Formats: sequence, structure tokens, C-alpha cells
Amino acid sequence: MDLTLSPDQSFFQETTRRFLEGEAPLTRVRELADDPAGFDRGWWRRGAELGWTAFLVPEEHGGGTLSGGRLADLAIVAEEFGRMVSPGPLHPTNIVAGALAASATPEQRAEVLPGIVSGDLVATWCFTEPGGGWRPSDVELAAQRRGDGFVLTGTKAMVEAAGEADWFLVTARVNDGDGGLVQFLLPRDARGLTVTPMRSLDLVRRFGRVRFDDVAVPGTARVGDGDATADVERQLQIGATLECAQMAGAADRVLEFTAAYALDRYSFGRQLASYQALKHRFADMKLWLEATHATVSGAAQAVDGAVGGGNGTRAAGRLGGAGRLVSAAKVYVGDRVPELVQDCVQIHGGIALTWEHDIHLYLRRVTLGRALYGTPDDHRERLAVAAGL
Amino acid sequence: MVDITAATATAGREDLDAYRDRLRAWLADNMPKLDPGVDWDPLHDDDDRASRARELQRRLFDGGFAGICYPREYGGQGLPIEYQRVFDQESMGYELPALFSVPTLSICGPTVLEFGTEAQKQRYIPAFIRGDELWVQFMSEPSGGSDMAGALTRATRDGDVFLLNGSKIWSTYAYRSDFALCLARTNWDVPKHRGLTMFIVPINHPGITVKQIMMVDGTEEFCQEFFDDAAIPAENVLGQVDDGWTVATRLLFHERAAVGGASPYTSGRSAGRAETIGDDLVGLAKARGKADDPLVRRLIGQVEALSIVQGQLAQRVRTGLETGHFPGPAGSLVRLYAGTATVERTNIALEIAGDEAVVWDGDADGRFGIAYIKRQSTSLGGGSTEMARNIISERILGMPREYAADRDVAFREVRRNTMPSSRPTTERSNEGSG
Repeated sequence: MDLTLSPDQSFFQETTRRFLEGEAPLTRVRELADDPAGFDRGWWRRGAELGWTAFLVPEEHGGGTLSGGRLADLAIVAEEFGRMVSPGPLHPTNIVAGALAASATPEQRAEVLPGIVSGDLVATWCFTEPGGGWRPSDVELAAQRRGDGFVLTGTKAMVEAAGEADWFLVTARVNDGDGGLVQFLLPRDARGLTVTPMRSLDLVRRFGRVRFDDVAVPGTARVGDGDATADVERQLQIGATLECAQMAGAADRVLEFTAAYALDRYSFGRQLASYQALKHRFADMKLWLEATHATVSGAAQAVDGAVGGGNGTRAAGRLGGAGRLVSAAKVYVGDRVPELVQDCVQIHGGIALTWEHDIHLYLRRVTLGRALYGTPDDHRERLAVAAGL
Repeated sequence: MVDITAATATAGREDLDAYRDRLRAWLADNMPKLDPGVDWDPLHDDDDRASRARELQRRLFDGGFAGICYPREYGGQGLPIEYQRVFDQESMGYELPALFSVPTLSICGPTVLEFGTEAQKQRYIPAFIRGDELWVQFMSEPSGGSDMAGALTRATRDGDVFLLNGSKIWSTYAYRSDFALCLARTNWDVPKHRGLTMFIVPINHPGITVKQIMMVDGTEEFCQEFFDDAAIPAENVLGQVDDGWTVATRLLFHERAAVGGASPYTSGRSAGRAETIGDDLVGLAKARGKADDPLVRRLIGQVEALSIVQGQLAQRVRTGLETGHFPGPAGSLVRLYAGTATVERTNIALEIAGDEAVVWDGDADGRFGIAYIKRQSTSLGGGSTEMARNIISERILGMPREYAADRDVAFREVRRNTMPSSRPTTERSNEGSG
């Protein structure tokens, strides 16, 4: 948790926590494991009423912010989702909302953003490709110019909530001229677009493969003009920051119940928590947790700072600075939080390897978060570039 | 009731942005720019460093930027912490009086401010803010560093003075310093925490001998002190007699804050190795032709992440302490991070430097190898990382305390190490050395 939450943010956090604990307890998450969608649309609309999809959307389309720091506001939700390993298309819908708010035409915004804010519409971002990575340069999906529009050919993978999405933001590469990146907003019923479910470690976050067989898109479907690399970069930053915030929330909750367990449980006539070998591991985990919160706040604030205000070039420069802090967060959180959860498995003992124990729900969520939007090693490479290598 | 004084002071205070602008211009005109890496020299002249620190602290004082968070009546600026943070940010990249920042201004100073009598505060605080007097801590003893409350150095009341006997160790630059906070035993018939007293000790004083200790990297900053019936005036007691542990506890709090970069009382946070080693490694990787080696690039990315997160954690802990979200012992979090991250960083540097870290030409430097030899210093100095882990688990997470055989036992009855009885053969006395 950020230590500088405003009263509005604290109230919002509490409301979201109570809603998730009441309406999506872990028993419900387990039930949804067998549900093809992984979440209930009516439930999602009620969450949206609390503001889950509003923070990256401008006021004129029904959005708003609690603190002026839009991603910092949204990170509160992601953290609470991590604490409760919650279902729902939180990340993809918000990434698309942010992208449309930044670069879409007024018509596109008017058509989609109010529905996202109300929770009636689910959107997702098609970025990474089979066998590909999370760098903008990895994008190969071809956009061939035809008349005023384009024809898309190729396949996207690991598209979150693809099975439920009403709208798809697609990142493609123009296969003539300078070969720059372009983005399009397509409805689910676009001809030639097919979704195949994939499987994932997480019990309720769903992913799919999206195939584009000569999908004809009009010029009006394009999001932004000119090269889309900076937009893509910002979308990746938002995605990575949200994954880190989820991992922070998960680590918070896991350390909380594991410390309580160590205090409750006796062996050899002593509390587990009285053994120095374990106390020192708890101290390390507490350090990792606090450093995790610190770097998540740093990343969210940096992205907010880069997005808000200033002229174009200045904002682009700050985007680079924000990228450095997001990568630092992804390296640190992606490394330490899964280790923290594994250590907590160890401290619980064999019971923590059973399906019945809740800790594997968290381990699944954080292992997913570690890899999405770039592994720690991917982000180390980005930091090396930023350091001048 | 409205606090008129505070309201007036606030109204008359310079706006933070204006302060930043004025400070930025002043620094550019008055303080030397730091050349990264230059400060690193295992055989630098310690005497010069101490004189240099006095000179730089004096410059800050003359410019009105010394003791920013110290009260005005004791020679400080009396400004809120935001002004110190602005100073911390703007002074990055300048040569700063780091020797004054730690421990004089950030550890000893706040302790005197908290426990000193009015006369003590008037006598000592303005002098160190001006750069006139350098302070050190006489806390650890040769008999053991972590169990500080088990101090064996004794102070025996004799009329208007206390006679000090025993030895302290690991004080930095004591031979170039003026005063020390010294924890000594005044009562042997009560449990260890209740029989200690904190003294303000003039170092250049009859009966006190200071010996420099050569460390594995060739530096001689650390000292050991020997006390032979050194007569310390009773007015030099800081706090109450036999209540020195209360004072020491606060001193340790300030030390944790200082070591973790969270203290509001420094003359800036000097660009230590934590901030500069990343740049050094980029240069090293290029020099060794490893700039395109994916493993080396990852290692440098890791060092970058560790450094960034270290700053963010220090910021979080500062905020947590200021807002009351964190208990005082939270300073141990930054302390533990610093220890473990330094180990990792030093290992990475050794890996990238390869064989040149262990055998080098006369005109090159072997600093990454030497840094490895003294690697554990950051995990030991300022309280070991093991102690930090005890503090975090016991006082932040609320886990049971370690068993202690000396709890509630008169210190006289406690099994302990012996205090070295004789002074070393090679010594450097302050008497006559100036």
C-alpha cells in the first residue's frame, strides 16, 4: 500500500476491499475455476460502478480520478485484486481504456469508453505473438495497406479475456514503407477474427489466441496517427505496473497469513515464530514486501508524471524515465514476490502443497504476474540500455 | 489555542520552489562538483579528508544551508523536513561534508538535541553545525559489537568527575575528532540496561589514547580508544545517570535512519558508492569488451534495479516514520536492504571485472577486487544484518524475542568476555598530537 493515500483513496480502497471480500471470496474464486469466462459480467458491472474502470478515462466519457494520479488510483484496485486473487478483466480493459483516452478519435472514444466505464463492455489488448516477446520490436502481425484501410494477417497470443472481449486493440506492423507500428480498434465480430482459448496457471484469469485471417479494417479503426511505438510503450508500462501492484497485494496477504500461522503453530513445545531461523526469513520477507510496495508506488507515480501535462517532447522524455522505474519494479517485484510466496509454502509445510490450501492460488497469480509484460530478465536488459549499454 | 509563533514563522518562510532556486544557484557558485570515482582511493589522506569536511561544512553554514532541520536557537535553519529533502536532491553531484553528516549531524547531534540540557545544547550544537567540531560514537567495545548494553567500560563517580576506564572500538576518524558520545557502566548491581550512562567525552583529553586500526583495504579510518582514569566532568552526563540506555536507544534510532538515508539532519546525502557503482560498472563492461554480453547486461540491469529500489525504500521508510505508519525500528529495513544489496552488487562487480579484479597493472586499480575483500563491512557496520533481522521480526512483526541469559540479572553476575587489560604497544596519543 502506498503510505501517502489521500482520504478519498483510502475510502475507495476500503470499499473495494469490502466488496471483493463479500462478493468474490476465495471460495467463489475456486468455483469460477471451471467457468469458461472466469468472471461474471453482472459482478464486473457492479465493480465498475465502484470505479474500477474509470481512472484512465477522461471526465467527459464518465471517467475520473481520486488523486490526480490516475495509475496510482488504479494500482489500488490491482493491489486489492492481488490480495483476493480476484477474477475479472481488470488489466486488459484498463490498458485499452488508457490507450483510447490517449490516442483514439472522438468517435472511437464515444463508442467504447462509456461502456468500459459502466462495465458493460470488456476490451483487451492484442500485443504479444506466439513465440514472441514483450518488446515493441517483437511485433510481426502484418498490416497491409488497402485503399483507405488495412488488411491484418497473423496471430496474437496470451490475449487476456479474449473470450469475453467486446473490443480488441491490436498492435500491428505496417508491412511496407518504414515498417512502423500501428494500432487498431476492432469489434469482436470483425470478419476473419477468431479466438481460441489458451490455458493458464491462474484459476480465473483467462487468455486466448486471436487469429487474424485477412481481416479488413477501415482507416477509421486506426488508433493514433503516425508510429505507435510511444503509445505501445506506455501500454506496456501500465500493464507491467498493474502486474506488480497485484503481486504486491498478493505478497501482503500471504505474508500476513503466514506470519499469523507461525505465531499460532507450535512444534517442540515452541511457537514456530520463536525460531530464529524462521524469524530471520520473515525479516527478509518483510523487507522484500516493503521494498515491493515502495517500487510499485514509484513506478505508478512515474507513469502518471509522464502522462500528465507538459508538451509532447517533454512527456516523451519523461516516458523514458518512467520506463526505467517500471523496469526496476518488474525486476525487483518479479524476482522477490514469487520467492516470498514459495518461502511461505515452505514455512507452512506439506499442507501448502494441497489443492485445499489457498496459498497456491496466490503462487499461481504471482507466477503469472512475473512473466506478463516482460520477465525480470527482459527488464534487466531494458535497464542496461537505460544505463548506457 | 492558535500557535501564533508557528503561524508567523510559516507566513514568513520562503516558498519551497524559491528555496530550491536559490539553493541551486548557491551550490553552483560555492560547492565543488563531484567527479564520480575520484573519492575512491584506499590510501587517501585521512587528515586531509577531515580538514576538507570542516571547510565544506563551514561553507554550507556561511551560505545558510547547514543544519536545515536544527532549531534556529542552536544555529540551525529551523526549517521543516521538505527543505532538507530539497537540499538532498539539489546537492546530489556536489562534494559534501560527508564526515559531518554521519555521525556528527545525523546521529550524535539529534541525540544531544533530545537529551541535552540547555547549557549542553548551546555549547555543542552550534559548534558542529558551523563545522568547528567533529563528533564520533564510543559505543562498541572489543568484547562484542552487537550486545551494546553489555558494555564493560566503567565510569566511577569521584567528586565532580567520573573516572573512565576501559576501551571502545570502531569509531570512525576519532583521532581527527573532537567529541564523542560514550556509553559506560555506572552501576554493576542492576540488570545491564539499567546501569549505563551516556557521556559527552572530549577526545583530546588526559587519560584517553586513540589508536588507528588498519583495515583489509588499507584504510585507517577506524579507531580504538583506551581510557585510563580519564576524568570526565559530571556536567558531561547526557540524560540521567544510569539511564544511558534510553539515550542509546534513541541514538541507535538516529543511526538506523542515517545509515538508511532517512535522516533529516544531514548535510545532504553524499553520492556514495551505492549510487555510483552502476556507472562504474557500465564503464567497466565497456572497457572489458563485454558491453554486448547478455549475461553482463543482465547483471548491470540487476544493479540498476537494486539501486533504484534502494532509494524508493528509503523514501517509503522516511514517509512511514514521519506519518506514523511505521514504528521506529522500521529503520532496520533500510539497513538490511543496504547490507544485502551491497553484497549482491559487490559480487556482480567482481564477476564483470573478472581476472582484472585480482591481478592488475600498476597504473590500473584493483578496486572491484578490494571492494570484494571488504564486502561484509556494509553488513556489519551500524549493527549487523543479523541484529537487523532480529529487530524486524521482533519489533515490527511482533515475533517472540530471543532468549537472553542476562535478562533481569545484576550485570555483576552475568558471564562476559574480559576487557583487554593493557594498552597496545604502538599507539597514538592525542596529547601533543594536536
